[in-house]
Amino acid sequence: MTDRATPLIRCEHVEKRFGHKRVLRDVSFTVAAGEVLSLLGANGSGKTTLLRIISALDRPDRGEVWLGPVPLSSAAAEIRRYVGVVAHAPMLYDRLTGSENLSFYARLYDLEKPQKRIEQLLRTLDLWRWRDDAVRTFSRGMTQRLAIARALLHDPPVVVLDEPDTGLDRESIDLLTELVAHLRSRSRAVVTTTHSIERAQVWGDRVFELRGGHLHQIGCPDRNTL
Amino acid sequence: MSTLSRPTSPDRWFAPLLVFDVIAGLAMVGVMWAGLVYAGDAVNLAGEEQAAQRIFYFHIGSNIAALLGFLGSVVGSIGYLVSRRLVWDRWAAASVEIGTIFGILVLLSGAIWAKPAWNTYWTWDPRLTTATITVLIYIAYMLFRNGFDDAETRARFAAVYAMFAFLSVPLTYYSARLFRSIHPIVFDGGNEEAQGGFAIGPTMGQTLAIAMIGFALLFLALLFHRVRQFDFEARIDAIRERFDE
Amino acid sequence: MAEISEVEGVTHREGGIAAYLRRVWVVAEKDVRAEMRSKEVVGTMAAFSVLAAVVFGLAFDLRVPRSELVVPGILWVIVLFAGVLGLNRSFGSEVDRGTLAGLLLAPVERSAIYLGKAAANLLYFLIVEALLVPALLILFDVNLLKPIVLLGLLLGTIGYVGVGTLFAALTSRNRARETLLPVLLLPVLVPLFISGVGLTSVILDGRATAEAWPWLVIIGLFDALVFAIAFLLVDVIWEKG
Repeated sequence: MTDRATPLIRCEHVEKRFGHKRVLRDVSFTVAAGEVLSLLGANGSGKTTLLRIISALDRPDRGEVWLGPVPLSSAAAEIRRYVGVVAHAPMLYDRLTGSENLSFYARLYDLEKPQKRIEQLLRTLDLWRWRDDAVRTFSRGMTQRLAIARALLHDPPVVVLDEPDTGLDRESIDLLTELVAHLRSRSRAVVTTTHSIERAQVWGDRVFELRGGHLHQIGCPDRNTL
Repeated sequence: MSTLSRPTSPDRWFAPLLVFDVIAGLAMVGVMWAGLVYAGDAVNLAGEEQAAQRIFYFHIGSNIAALLGFLGSVVGSIGYLVSRRLVWDRWAAASVEIGTIFGILVLLSGAIWAKPAWNTYWTWDPRLTTATITVLIYIAYMLFRNGFDDAETRARFAAVYAMFAFLSVPLTYYSARLFRSIHPIVFDGGNEEAQGGFAIGPTMGQTLAIAMIGFALLFLALLFHRVRQFDFEARIDAIRERFDE
Repeated sequence: MAEISEVEGVTHREGGIAAYLRRVWVVAEKDVRAEMRSKEVVGTMAAFSVLAAVVFGLAFDLRVPRSELVVPGILWVIVLFAGVLGLNRSFGSEVDRGTLAGLLLAPVERSAIYLGKAAANLLYFLIVEALLVPALLILFDVNLLKPIVLLGLLLGTIGYVGVGTLFAALTSRNRARETLLPVLLLPVLVPLFISGVGLTSVILDGRATAEAWPWLVIIGLFDALVFAIAFLLVDVIWEKG
């Protein structure tokens, strides 16, 4: 955890504007391999915008984001292979079944022999039994777990989780906590947002709050005081 | 071009624009005088048709202005897509707005003239069809722009639409012409285009030139003002942004 | 948990033109598969087409001496309006369910997404037209099953889908998308519409086939230009999510 020589995510002086409203003013941070960064912030504070920029879905008006050594502003479509995203929307087709959704994305990512990988993920996330059911019949928790499977399908080194805990039951949240710890142990770089201060502390190695377009570190050595 | 659109100092264009406005206004007075007084009567026409013929100068003048608007939208859109500077988008948007006004004037003046000359307000002549479709595309373009909050998204998407419009307009003209030329004429024999034609005398030729120049100047004056307005809007946005800090 | 990051087996295949076409196919196949279950788009378009044909039949009944005079126009008007209905869903559903972001997050060329979507739309349109042409035969006793007419319909549909899919992507981010799409689309499609009606009329009037060629040339030119511009500009639409 101490070796942060080569950060997987490096954000420098990112600024983002919507119309005349500056959502992000000057955001800089790095996330190393095996590190989890938690972001807190009110609705509309720009958390999602920041995550969209890291995921190469949006471009900053100023500043630059690097994934490993690659600056996003001049990266090819291939860079998307290195990011996995769980967003508010599950990004799943509700007419297709669980395994159809995964195999669609696997083919979109050009994975070789994806069936084994899909089975692994479905079993781990406890969805194997419902693999042939249409996603529209899934509960919120099942949909979210499938969304996680979709995000991790291509085994990305950078994982972005945008409020993955919204609307989940206790059990699924425990699974998420386990997952975050697992990704850390596997040297992935993780950025996650949540509304729960408690979970931000549990998941993150460092916790930031996004307020007024700036990042404020909630550097609290004693986790119990917050 | 870009200096006029720099949001920081649009004020210094106030005086030059005022001068230009006066020139354009005087030019339009000249157009009125030339079109209504100076130009001779069309010798081969009589009565109502002879009087109606004078609308021709305003018709062609507006046409020139509408054409400039069309060109401006294409140039502005390509400029934006290449440079990604919002300045170009403002020129494209302003061109379309002013061009649409003149395009509607072209259609109205044409219809007013066509009633006495062709005995109908409307016909599916290729030129009429193309002009109408172009105006409709312009209106669609403006409606489309309205639905975006983000200036850059608006600029990008509007420019893409303008490119397709640019492609479609000449094809509309050719297909409308082909449709007319080989389509059997079901009612009202004869070629409508030939009806109401007239010989152009020397004063009429001069008047035509005056009208084209006058309307082009009027177009430019309105265009500059609209772009300046857009510049002010951008400036207000910039100031508002500073207040947010 | 451990299996999640087992890197073995998570390798990807190489790029190239074959990979590109494979991605186009993957996107198209996904759309068609979902459509086969919901029948949302094709069902609506087909119902509208037949309904519109009936309404036109009622409107022109006893007013038009020969159906051949109006059927070319009816055919193309119905295709035009039915198409707008289907195209709205093309990206509308992806935006509503957030899946568009999923497509854009994938390491896939934007033009491949566009082409895949266009291919699926083309299939929907052709299915609807395959219903519409016999419906017009029954209702108006006009046989449109003639090679040149069908060729014109196919080429015209390709061009329509080319512009329509791109415009559906353009309007999917707009506040007024459903109402706006026809307003944007119809004036741009006028050359296609005029040529389609012209071509169909030539054949139905029994005139020389040579007269049909200029129309096919205009339609072909329209198609070529549409796809050329779409390829140039599709990245512009999605350069930011």
